Amino acid sequence: MAKNYQSKKPVGKMLFMGIISTALYVVLLSQQDMLNEYFGKGGVYAFLPIITAFLFSFIHGTFTGDFWTVLGIEAARKKKEVK
Amino acid sequence: MHDTVNAVANFINLDTANIIYLFLVGFVGGLVSGFIGSGGAFVLTPGMMSLGVPGLVAVASNMCHKFPKALVGAIKRAKYGQVDVKLGIVLGISAEAGVLYGAHIQESIKKSFGEAGSNLYVSAAFVVILAVVGGFVLLDAWKTYRSGNAHEEEKVTKLARWVQSVNIPGTMVYFKSIDAKVSILFTIPLGFATGMLAATIAVGGFIGVPSMIYVLGAPSLMASATELVIAFVMGLGGSFKFAMHGLVDIRLAMIILGGSLFGIQLGAIGTTYVKPFMIKVVMGVIMVTVLFSRALMVPVYMSQLHLIQEISEGTAKSLKNVSFGIMIFALALGAFIVLRAMWQGRKAERLQHAGEVLGHGKV
Repeated sequence: MAKNYQSKKPVGKMLFMGIISTALYVVLLSQQDMLNEYFGKGGVYAFLPIITAFLFSFIHGTFTGDFWTVLGIEAARKKKEVK
Repeated sequence: MHDTVNAVANFINLDTANIIYLFLVGFVGGLVSGFIGSGGAFVLTPGMMSLGVPGLVAVASNMCHKFPKALVGAIKRAKYGQVDVKLGIVLGISAEAGVLYGAHIQESIKKSFGEAGSNLYVSAAFVVILAVVGGFVLLDAWKTYRSGNAHEEEKVTKLARWVQSVNIPGTMVYFKSIDAKVSILFTIPLGFATGMLAATIAVGGFIGVPSMIYVLGAPSLMASATELVIAFVMGLGGSFKFAMHGLVDIRLAMIILGGSLFGIQLGAIGTTYVKPFMIKVVMGVIMVTVLFSRALMVPVYMSQLHLIQEISEGTAKSLKNVSFGIMIFALALGAFIVLRAMWQGRKAERLQHAGEVLGHGKV
């Protein structure tokens, strides 16, 4: 695992994911009326919020993970002994 | 789909201040849940309601941010070897059943006693469970701290040793977090109780994590990480159910998720720096603090139900504000303990690293 700590910080990946994540939020906030109309329909439209949640968790989750890595905040080097 | 029209009509207008507020509360909630496996919902749901979001939409939107958040947190902590996926799924499925049953109880209470009756039930459940479980967790953490054995591996409770010793043929499953076989006849009621609590107060982890530690014998680091798997399973099922009725306000859910994904990553990293008993400290402190917040609201609901002398509107409003303030304080206090412990852990690691480098004559 020591190799990981020496590896280059994922600045490029963070920026890329950050831009996509921001774009998703811009769409979310600029299209509120349209989103509310479809996402609030219920029934088969229930898949819309679920898919959106997965999409945001993947894009924004990768971005936030890289964000802390780029800032140098990473897990302890000596891993805790876990049974 | 009669709910649908109402739900859409009830989706509030969002201004910048609301967005920043939800993002920040999401961040702190995420930080705590990355660390202890649960938390945040008890501030987020009332927080959304204070912005004018109807109760059901607040619960639904909270749940829709919870499952992707738990997923990201679980993946992160699985990288540190802290997640027992099998235990998480087994408990998660029984928790799902608990959620459905809990929601059913909620509905019948609401039908019979109205909004105030349902609020009283939620608050009473909060107070009793948090007092018993929170007090126990905090006492246990305090004992570990006092004994000076904070670095040592946690001891498995007598109850957990007994549970592990019971052999019921055909029901035994091996769980890596416990490193033993346990009958699923024990895990099912635990998961069910977690789900019921989640349906009642939105924070199932307050039962899930302590039960994994004290009843099954899992280490606290693994219990808190595995809770994220349970939260994912429960949250996904719950969100879908609410979304079927058009109750999820996706904007609210995703804004909170925006903040909480920053928080949950940091909280998960934090667990690798602290002694295991710190999980119990943070969990216990939050549970006991929140307990006071809910206890303050009990007389308000009792007065609404005419069970006690009527409380004036002004007093009720102040009690409500103080109650909400205490919840924010509980979450902020939890976040402070996590960040402080992490800061100290990192400092100690840097010092140790510097010492090693000097020792090897590399400088």
